[in-house]
Amino acid sequence: MAATKADIITQLRKDILPLQGFKTALKNTAVDANLGPIKNAFPNASFPLGAIHEFIFSEAEDLATTVGFISGILAPLMHNAGVSIWISSSKSVFPPALQSFGIAPDKIIFIQLKKEKEILWSMEEALKCSGVAAVIGEMQELSFTASRRLQLAVEQSHVTGFVFRRNPRNLNTTACITRWKITSSLSGLTDMPGIGFPRWNVELLKVRNGKPGKWQIEFFGGNFRYIPVITAIPLEQQKKTG
Amino acid sequence: MQKRFATIWFPHLTTDWFIRRQSRLKEIPFVLAAPDHGRMVVTAANVPAQTQGIYKGMVVADARAIILSLEVLDDQPELPGKLLKGIAEWCIRYTPVVAIDPPDGLILDVTGCTHLWGSERQYLTDIIKRIKNFGYHIRAAIADTIGAAWAVTRYGHELIIESNTHQGALQLLPPAALRVEAATTELLEKLGLRHVKDFMNMPKSALRRRFGTNLLLRLGQALGYEEEGIIPVQPIEPYQERLPCLEAIGTATGIEMALQQLLNTLCHRLQQEQKGLRMAVFKGYRVDGKIESISIGTNRPSCNSKHLFKLFEIKIETIEPAAGIELFTLNALKVEALSTVQETLWNGKEKLDDMALSELLDRIGGKLGNDCIYRFMPDEHYWPERSFKKALDLDEKLQTNWQVNKPRPLQILYKPEMIEVTAPVPDYPPMLFRYKGKLHKVIRADGPERIEQEWWLQQGQHRDYYSVEDEEGRRYWLFRSGHYDAEASYQWFIHGFFA
Repeated sequence: MAATKADIITQLRKDILPLQGFKTALKNTAVDANLGPIKNAFPNASFPLGAIHEFIFSEAEDLATTVGFISGILAPLMHNAGVSIWISSSKSVFPPALQSFGIAPDKIIFIQLKKEKEILWSMEEALKCSGVAAVIGEMQELSFTASRRLQLAVEQSHVTGFVFRRNPRNLNTTACITRWKITSSLSGLTDMPGIGFPRWNVELLKVRNGKPGKWQIEFFGGNFRYIPVITAIPLEQQKKTG
Repeated sequence: MQKRFATIWFPHLTTDWFIRRQSRLKEIPFVLAAPDHGRMVVTAANVPAQTQGIYKGMVVADARAIILSLEVLDDQPELPGKLLKGIAEWCIRYTPVVAIDPPDGLILDVTGCTHLWGSERQYLTDIIKRIKNFGYHIRAAIADTIGAAWAVTRYGHELIIESNTHQGALQLLPPAALRVEAATTELLEKLGLRHVKDFMNMPKSALRRRFGTNLLLRLGQALGYEEEGIIPVQPIEPYQERLPCLEAIGTATGIEMALQQLLNTLCHRLQQEQKGLRMAVFKGYRVDGKIESISIGTNRPSCNSKHLFKLFEIKIETIEPAAGIELFTLNALKVEALSTVQETLWNGKEKLDDMALSELLDRIGGKLGNDCIYRFMPDEHYWPERSFKKALDLDEKLQTNWQVNKPRPLQILYKPEMIEVTAPVPDYPPMLFRYKGKLHKVIRADGPERIEQEWWLQQGQHRDYYSVEDEEGRRYWLFRSGHYDAEASYQWFIHGFFA
């Protein structure tokens, strides 16, 4: 009897997901393969595409690590000659370096704008366009209304959006499906000279219908490698935060 | 189709303009004067002055002797040309081909335009009435040839010379009506040839011998034997659509409807010719003579009226209709052959040649300026700042591959920033460095990678690059510019951040 009850609950959960705007049809196996254990944090164990993801960071160094981590998702998305749009207020990306993370720099269109309002407008326009693989927007503040507008834009076009927020003044609630924080970590090289492979702490602070968690990954030979150091947040804590 | 031309003559062009600006001048006699050989000579006189015997070319002192209270204003030599150009542009609402006929006239090619006003008479009276309302004296006529219309405007009384009757109309006019030099006119008068009919049927060889080829040419032009070309003030666009409005339009909705209609007809035409437009300008001719215009550009030739309308839509609010707009034109300034993109069967439609993408960039570029959109290509240089360049357009293909054999940071400082460094000599990586007031202890480091200046482009010191990792695992790209040397200066910089 207990088993049937659990079955009913899982079935109900599955039925609720599409109602909450989670698109099961959009599934990129390459993205999931790259993410490894992280993908289990998401509903259906698959990275949600066609949604807005929020990344927060404080320093320029962290932006570099965020971009490094993003490449694991972006590279498979842009795999088939796809084009991405990168909207920012500064000229800080070094295009030649993207190639070593598997992203073709010439397939990215950079849009440099000064005002946050203009960035938001062009990001919304870009997200509405089905001709792009992904849109990256760098901004500081993202109000709930603005994030909902972005979310509505992708509902139709199924484009994946990444919002990079540098030093947000307040971490308000947004309509974004996830919130991430990527920071750098000491590389694992011990008794050899030189610097090792880049290693990052990946924190999934919020995820709708999923389990937030912390992981440590290493970028190794064009792929991510998982270092089993920190496991997911204990179940007790999860229940508290809801 | 029988060609029809209208000529307009402003007998008091400059003085009328002065009266328009200062209405007190209307009743009092005044002249415009310019210095000539050390004295002031009258260049134009208004009607009250002319009736009292003041004419062009008179010395101002003599004119003052006739009228004591005569006002003398400085003439502006470039004024007639400016005024005529303005009026010619205003006249584009009547016909697209309007030419200036210096010093005081306009030539309009009205072929196929007059029926829109009902008849030639109504067409011409409308022009005359409206220009008179501006305050100009005006004479005008329509005839088969420019020469005949010109002659009738200045020396005749009729408004319309019916088709094929211009020979008769010219007969009783004086030889000056043929636009020939004063010397020729004088000679003809002296010989008793006071009317055109007196010599229009003389043998050509006799006329040429006595009066030169110019008279023959002018006579031929007036009678329609010789071709006469005019240069329109606005070049005729091969892709232009016009929409005259019965009543002046002053609302945004009205402008949108006009734009929509013009776009539909233009795009239909472009589609039939397998062309797409790259640049277009939409103009509104206002009732008060000003022209409002908005222009758009596209990244790829397009004949999609919906998309083009969206591009214009952003800018419609900048149009100021004032009293109303009575004519809309849409010009395709740049038209290219439409490249049909073959649909791909399998997915991966998000490509650079995707139409949706270029339409998106058109929208962003149209609103925020095209100079904010970049795409980068690799460039064959070792110097990091020069290792990439801006792509010219979306279609540019890779000429060389991106270099991935050396570690390069994902984030770069547009301008390297100076840092304080503790580093052992001769070429060890730094042990400590201070950036933005924060001390970083270097745990691991790689390098140096020396990048020399490309001497054929720029002189200066080489750079020794180190990639370093601090105690928090953050990675930096530092360099020392120059050697450790007592004489030359060296300096440490931070240039980027690794992932």
